[in-house]
Amino acid sequence: MALVRQDLKTGVGRKIPHESAGKHVSGEAVYIDDRLEFPNQLHVYARLSDRPHARILKIDTAPCYEIPGVRIAITSKDVPGQLDIGAVVPGDPLLADGKVEYVGQPVIAVAANSLETARKAAMAAVIEYEDLEPVLCVEEALKKKHFVLDSHQHKRGDSAKALASAPHRLQGSLHIGGQEHFYLETQISSVIPTEDDGMIVYTSSQNPTEIQKLVAEVIDVPMHKVMVDMRRMGGGFGGKETQAAGPACMAAVIARLTGQPTKMRLPRVDDMTITGKRHPFYVEYDVGFDDDGRLHGIDLTLAGNCGYSPDLSGSIVDRAMFHADNAYYLGDATVTGYRCKTNTASNTAYRGFGGPQGMVAIESIMDHIARTLGRDPLDVRKHNYYGTEDRNVTHYYQTVEDNQIAELTAELEASSEYQRRRREIAEFNRQSPILKKGIAMTPVKFGISFTATFLNQAGALVHIYTDGSIHLNHGGTEMGQGLNTKVAQVVAEEFQVDIDRIQVTATNTDKVPNTSPTAASSGADLNGKAAQNAAITIRNRLVAFAARHFDVTEEDVEFRNNHVRVREQVLPFEELIQLAYFNQVSLSSTGFYRTPKIFYDHEKARGRPFYYFAYGAACSEVLVDTLTGEYRMLRTDILHDVGASLNPAIDIGQVEGAFVQGMGWLTMEELVWNQQGRLATNGPASYKIPAVADMPADFRVQLVENRKNKEDTIFNSKAVGEPPFMLGIATWCALQDAVASVGDYRFAPLLDAPATPERVLWGVEKIKQAMARDAVVETVD
Amino acid sequence: MIRFLLNQELRVEQDLDPNVTVLNYLREHLGKTGTKEGCASGDCGACTVVVGELEGDRIRYRTLNSCLTFVASLNGKQLITVEGLKDNGQLHSVQQAMVDCHGSQCGFCTPGFVMSMFALQKNGTGYDKAATEEALAGNLCRCTGYRPIIDAAEQSCKAGSQDQFDRQHEATLAQLRKIQPDATCELNGADNRSFTPLTVADLAELYVTHPDARLLAGGTDLALEVTQMHKRLPVMIYVGNVAELKTVDTFDDRIEIGAAVPLTDCYDVLSREYPDFADLLHRFASLQIRNQGTLGGNIGNASPIGDSPPALLALGANIVLRQGNSSRTIALEDYFVDYRVTVQQESEFIEKIIVPRAPTENNFRVYKISKRLDDDISAVCGAFNLQLEDGTVTDARIAFGGMAAIPKRARHCEQALLGKPWDDETLETAVRALAEDFAPISDFRASKEYRLLIAGNLLRKYKMELSAPEQAIRVTAHV
Repeated sequence: MALVRQDLKTGVGRKIPHESAGKHVSGEAVYIDDRLEFPNQLHVYARLSDRPHARILKIDTAPCYEIPGVRIAITSKDVPGQLDIGAVVPGDPLLADGKVEYVGQPVIAVAANSLETARKAAMAAVIEYEDLEPVLCVEEALKKKHFVLDSHQHKRGDSAKALASAPHRLQGSLHIGGQEHFYLETQISSVIPTEDDGMIVYTSSQNPTEIQKLVAEVIDVPMHKVMVDMRRMGGGFGGKETQAAGPACMAAVIARLTGQPTKMRLPRVDDMTITGKRHPFYVEYDVGFDDDGRLHGIDLTLAGNCGYSPDLSGSIVDRAMFHADNAYYLGDATVTGYRCKTNTASNTAYRGFGGPQGMVAIESIMDHIARTLGRDPLDVRKHNYYGTEDRNVTHYYQTVEDNQIAELTAELEASSEYQRRRREIAEFNRQSPILKKGIAMTPVKFGISFTATFLNQAGALVHIYTDGSIHLNHGGTEMGQGLNTKVAQVVAEEFQVDIDRIQVTATNTDKVPNTSPTAASSGADLNGKAAQNAAITIRNRLVAFAARHFDVTEEDVEFRNNHVRVREQVLPFEELIQLAYFNQVSLSSTGFYRTPKIFYDHEKARGRPFYYFAYGAACSEVLVDTLTGEYRMLRTDILHDVGASLNPAIDIGQVEGAFVQGMGWLTMEELVWNQQGRLATNGPASYKIPAVADMPADFRVQLVENRKNKEDTIFNSKAVGEPPFMLGIATWCALQDAVASVGDYRFAPLLDAPATPERVLWGVEKIKQAMARDAVVETVD
Repeated sequence: MIRFLLNQELRVEQDLDPNVTVLNYLREHLGKTGTKEGCASGDCGACTVVVGELEGDRIRYRTLNSCLTFVASLNGKQLITVEGLKDNGQLHSVQQAMVDCHGSQCGFCTPGFVMSMFALQKNGTGYDKAATEEALAGNLCRCTGYRPIIDAAEQSCKAGSQDQFDRQHEATLAQLRKIQPDATCELNGADNRSFTPLTVADLAELYVTHPDARLLAGGTDLALEVTQMHKRLPVMIYVGNVAELKTVDTFDDRIEIGAAVPLTDCYDVLSREYPDFADLLHRFASLQIRNQGTLGGNIGNASPIGDSPPALLALGANIVLRQGNSSRTIALEDYFVDYRVTVQQESEFIEKIIVPRAPTENNFRVYKISKRLDDDISAVCGAFNLQLEDGTVTDARIAFGGMAAIPKRARHCEQALLGKPWDDETLETAVRALAEDFAPISDFRASKEYRLLIAGNLLRKYKMELSAPEQAIRVTAHV
């Protein structure tokens, strides 16, 4: 009896290590490239376009075959089924068809007995082009209305009128850079042809079902011929939501044509050249506000640089628009989103999915307003926060319920000692001629749900075997975020068994069909619920059976800490399972879940696209060298809302990792293309993601405690994958604060993102020039 | 034939393409897939392994990027991979610490971190934050934000318990002694050859016999020709086993550093003499690269953005070039001719680098500017070394990397300073003179305007640092 009084040690809310941690640290965790190869294994290399925009005049693959070890060289003409692998709408040919639209577009694919041989052969092919005029710049695309998809607008009230009548008015523009995912494991798929003309696909993908569909389409078979297996990714971050499909489909086509097992792994430089990134954005704004900095009206243009094809840009620019308010009531607002087409790789999902760009725009505006009024930017931010009773409806007409932003900010303002440090920093800056400190506190309010409403569904499959061990499978994918661990905790909780009794198996389209991508932070929300439903189905059967068997009421049957109590009798869990089996009770069930309440009317640009919002705030302090623009992150305090955490260790890991990734996006991670449209920063030697010393020297991260999600989410937790990414904005604003100190905070540096040391130094120079102009004006006066 | 220990097992390779990297050897030849390829360019650390080398009675453990290491360089050493850390099915204390601290998420970078942490634990005496950051600066993690990894390093360094490597120390020593080469070794395969001489005389002779051979020192640059540019290197001569090239000798007036001394081993002597060299070396690539890369290699590859040449130019370093039996000493500034072109003749190689001892009034300062503080390539590296008497500049050596096709002295700038009072007017004249010295280019690291502006600002910073040494004006110095 004592045992059943104890709580489960590995259930929901516990700090369980990642299910693969022991295998990660020992090198035993198997990634696709670690799988044993076959004697007749083929390796694929794609020859890429070296032109940003050109007609293909000729492709001669004959020279490829002169290299010993080559098996096949294919062009778009050799694809047996559908050529286009566009995720939502067409636009992404698997291999270039008649024309190329960016430097890095795959033109031919060559398979050989080694990757090096395939590469050599691919480079031997003769490809002739006739160059066409490229569009490489987002502003030019916007001006020429060169779009991949239609534009969309959110409109509330009359922004023109509000702007005209506001006491103050400001205009500005801003470039926001993109971001390379830099998952440590590059894109890879390995396929094996089957006896039914089908394909077994091992892939590193966030979206097995889409891979299944696209592979079926390119080899021209029904989906049921294709089985996709996905055990783990070496990082995804959105980069493997749609763009894992290329290597999978190329390998499948070649396997289909040759009958041989085929693998395609992208070398790092090719991965960075071929695949899309976070969308760079160009932003124009016109805002009207009062003496407190409170917005009366806004006209905001968000132009996403989508690259050459639509990919997911429709939803991504939508999400930028949905988050152009961040935590602020915009007043009368017109927010317009454009999907600009440029001759670069097709930009794609990346943690935050457009949301971060929308938020950077409004946070830049907050800073601009504050400097103009000579106020602390935090004051201006607080004046603009959504209210709880009024001023609580977004510009797309969703009411902001359970708004925590004001109290969360107040708590962090106190715990980070923002006000005291703000004063100390001002004093430091007066004493220090070269090094300047900056501080900023910025909020995050992030909407949770796929905005394509139908995607908000998930399935799971649970079996209990006769020894009491449990097999768990769900439609989500493990990319390091700890999803399998969390979902296993949910099932452990429902059956009241320890997690080591549960084996989560590879995501597999044979087990759970028609799954949504693991994206939009939705993994645990959707798959946790689906798995819970599967577990509850089985548990209900067990309870009903036990009640019958022991002749008690169902209320008398209780699952507790690896046991089942039936009134005074206590059975080990596995004994009940055996008993149930011998009494012909089904011990397997699927589970399904769909998110309630949400809808969005695209025509009217109104609705409730989000089930709920996740909140957070960060306070960052930085140190800037005003002679070189170099800087360091001194301290960051974070308070973040995950509802009732499923696993605080994993959630803290998500918050910290997302913050550092967001910081990297806005500071050192700079994508540079040359004049010919070639990505110059195409490897880690030239593209710098944060390293260990870039983490804030003093890093204090807290989860909001005792605050359950008011919505009926999985154990009242909140999604955590994306929202904390935008906490990184605090570092970008803090850098601007340090730069602004050079001009006694009277001028806004208005840096573009990322704020590289070079941009920071130009900011300093800009402020110095503004000071000089000001001094001249004062002298004249 | 080469012989080395893989973990505890003796391996002998007779017929192997010397262009094979340790990473590919492990993954493709041996099926040991714990070591991961993240970039194949030495920038991410996912492929980090540890190499143990005999040093007298001890074994010195160092981390390397296996993607940049050719197998031939393992001769006579112990290669430790992530698969070798578990003992009787139990995780090693660094592995356990990573699990306990939630240090892995996607897990792909994890084996590399584990190996860096293993070497840190082996070489350290307890936990030190700076040493930890130094040890891990060459390992990129995209998931965690690093905090839990640092926690794991702290836990494992503090625990520092005896492991199987300690217990087998004597046996390993004995094995390593047994496989030390006593003559030039060759490793040949796939029509490619590599030689591993043990003396400078043998090296010089081999290089005369094979003038087209590529000299392999750390390989941190050369290996990129294989892994990134997909070239084949038909003949390589590995200089890392030439004892004479690995010595550091300090004399009254100079320090002589063998060309094959790894940068890590230059650290102590140079930073003792010139404290600013410590700052520079700390930010010079990553520990893995510094463990492998050599001072001679950093000069010999004649990159315009190599980190050590500007500093050595400002210090007035000389180099000794050797060809066959003859050698010549030249000033480093006479070595660089044009983009990746030097005065080095056929079959000639750098034997040593001679750095003058510091004068009593040590005014040497060097500044590196890059997008990321650690493990990044300079946008600009500026080195300054003035001698002042009674407020007048009596000697000036100023050199920059990243400003021209070669690492180059700023002659106009120096002239503007020489014989002048060390005041603001002279300073600004000298800053303006930099525009006559340099016409930098714009690239993805920096624009030409930024390069020219910070070159001048670094001179301004230098003057401030000399005038008011007590005031910290570097972000790296701020605590």
